[in-house]
Amino acid sequence: MTFTKLMATAALTLGLATGAFAQDKTKVGFVFVGPVGDGGWTYEHNQGRLALEEEFGDKVETVYVESVAEGPDSERVMTQMALDGADLIFTTSFGYMDPTINVAAKFPNVKFEHATGYKRADNVSTYSARFYEGRAIQGHIAGAMTKSNIVGYIGSFPIPEVIRGINSAYIHAKKVNPDVQFKIIWAYTWFDPAKEADAAKVLIEQGADVILQHTDSTAPQAAAQKAGNVITFGQASDMGQYAPLPRVSSIIDNWAPYYIARTKAVMDGTWTSTDTWDGIGPGMVGIGEISDAVPAEVKAEALALKDKIASGEYHPFTGPLKKQDGSDWLAEGETADDGTLAGMNFYVEGIEGDIPQ
Amino acid sequence: MDLSVINPILLLAALMSAATPILLAATGELVVERAGVLNLGVEGMMIVGAIAGFIVAVNTGSPALGFIGAAAGGAVLSLLFVFLTQVALANQVASGLGLTLFGLGLSALMGQSYVGVKPPRMADLDLGPLSDIPVLGRILFSHDAMVYIGLLIVLGVWAGLKFTRAGLVLRAVGENHDAAHALGYKVKRIRTLAILFGGACAGMGGAYISLIRVPQWTEGMTAGVGWIALALVVFASWKPWRVLLGAYLFGGITQLQLNLQGAGVAIPVEYLAMSPYIVTIIVLVILSADKSRAPGSLGRIFHASH
Repeated sequence: MTFTKLMATAALTLGLATGAFAQDKTKVGFVFVGPVGDGGWTYEHNQGRLALEEEFGDKVETVYVESVAEGPDSERVMTQMALDGADLIFTTSFGYMDPTINVAAKFPNVKFEHATGYKRADNVSTYSARFYEGRAIQGHIAGAMTKSNIVGYIGSFPIPEVIRGINSAYIHAKKVNPDVQFKIIWAYTWFDPAKEADAAKVLIEQGADVILQHTDSTAPQAAAQKAGNVITFGQASDMGQYAPLPRVSSIIDNWAPYYIARTKAVMDGTWTSTDTWDGIGPGMVGIGEISDAVPAEVKAEALALKDKIASGEYHPFTGPLKKQDGSDWLAEGETADDGTLAGMNFYVEGIEGDIPQ
Repeated sequence: MDLSVINPILLLAALMSAATPILLAATGELVVERAGVLNLGVEGMMIVGAIAGFIVAVNTGSPALGFIGAAAGGAVLSLLFVFLTQVALANQVASGLGLTLFGLGLSALMGQSYVGVKPPRMADLDLGPLSDIPVLGRILFSHDAMVYIGLLIVLGVWAGLKFTRAGLVLRAVGENHDAAHALGYKVKRIRTLAILFGGACAGMGGAYISLIRVPQWTEGMTAGVGWIALALVVFASWKPWRVLLGAYLFGGITQLQLNLQGAGVAIPVEYLAMSPYIVTIIVLVILSADKSRAPGSLGRIFHASH
């Protein structure tokens, strides 16, 4: 990791040297939390970066640094990118939020875009995808297909993004299967294949025959494949190499259109600080092909659900819904507002266990 | 909370598998330290072993050859440490740390084109009627060959250090290299062989993660196991059986905490997550209350003319 970082820094320095000869190029930097080959989250952001290069060709230059630890290390990497003449920097993990704000304050002429955060500034935009829309569809399939009625869920960190996903999946699993039960294991990492594999194995041993994950590697898929008779869903990326079983569908992040639009805005001088939160409708969230392992009627229901969410006809958080402690949250027909969703820190009624504080 | 969902038999079986990478790496390091050398490069040798074994296994289709490749990979990397500390007489702590950083970078470079590749699966060993024994069969006789090879290596190291002439010489070199040298033993040669053995063991430990436990290749996938192995050797007071106990304890509690989470136990998750480290340290500290101590020449540079 350190070696690649070293190489990337060297590449950045080279970029600065050649930048002097090509002032008209727009330079776009990316800070990645995992390796671009993780097969999940960072892989898809890198696909967006490649699409950006394809779209603008010679007019754009991209640089990236992978496996950047959240915290002070990321601040150093961002500062270096800004010093090396980046015009626009995408920081693609929740833990980069404060470092992004700090560095942005020092470089008012550089535009920053932070993924999945909630803090903005004049030169800092935020963007995220409504993954919970995809998780509603996965939850539907999970609830319909579980035979043991136990769904295992590997959580990364207890932040609103992850809790929202658990709630959304649970609500829709419960709708098709009132007996469904969620077992949640917190891994406290976005990316640690050995730990993710162990967590998946434990969930399977405890009776889960469906594994949902909110971590970035394909290790849980490999564990499910070995166990047999367990289904999984691709997370962030299609993870199609595990189809048709155990992976029966997936949520895919599609950042390319956003990256292209924002870079275009910088080129045109029309960039302003915004907060973007798009879902299935605009195509920021994709649903990977539902494999033949899913019964035809379940597949049809899932696709119908997808269409209703895409058209805005249905919101995954629609009342009546209660919180875990039994208190009322949403009345009949009421839908959750974005503020509540963005800061979600409670389970809905029916999920067992506590959220680590 | 529903503790009945935790199957103790499966838990114990998972423990043996989870402990194997730490066990292999720690046993190798134990031999190195008993020879009087402190090699902090375990993590680096493990990760290089993980990718070297992965590359060999994928290209030959044989996980067994993969483990041989992993042992070779770890040993070759440890040659760098041999050169630095035995030939160039460099500081062992700095060289070991350098070895870890170098190994992490080198493995990332070697693994560039192996991301997303699925390795051939190592079959569980067919032990025939043994694995059909109720309870014990599932716990003890349902694993892949490396779990048993790991145990055999611990047994071999224990017996070798305690009962053989070679073991006696190795310990003598570790306790007092000047005296061993005066008696005519080749201190550098013995230490070099010990370091190579440590590298090979660490390499196999790394390959266990990339070929069996996960199995796939991703950068940095050993995620600190090498450092745990290093600490284990110290807390086990340089005794093979305590290394085995420590590794099983650590692997067992790691598995148990995941199981407890799944069962919805009301202990805060953060405490569960740190429990393997704390419990292992406490138990081994209590055990090391006897008069065990580090090898006398541990970490000291040997030069015949001094």
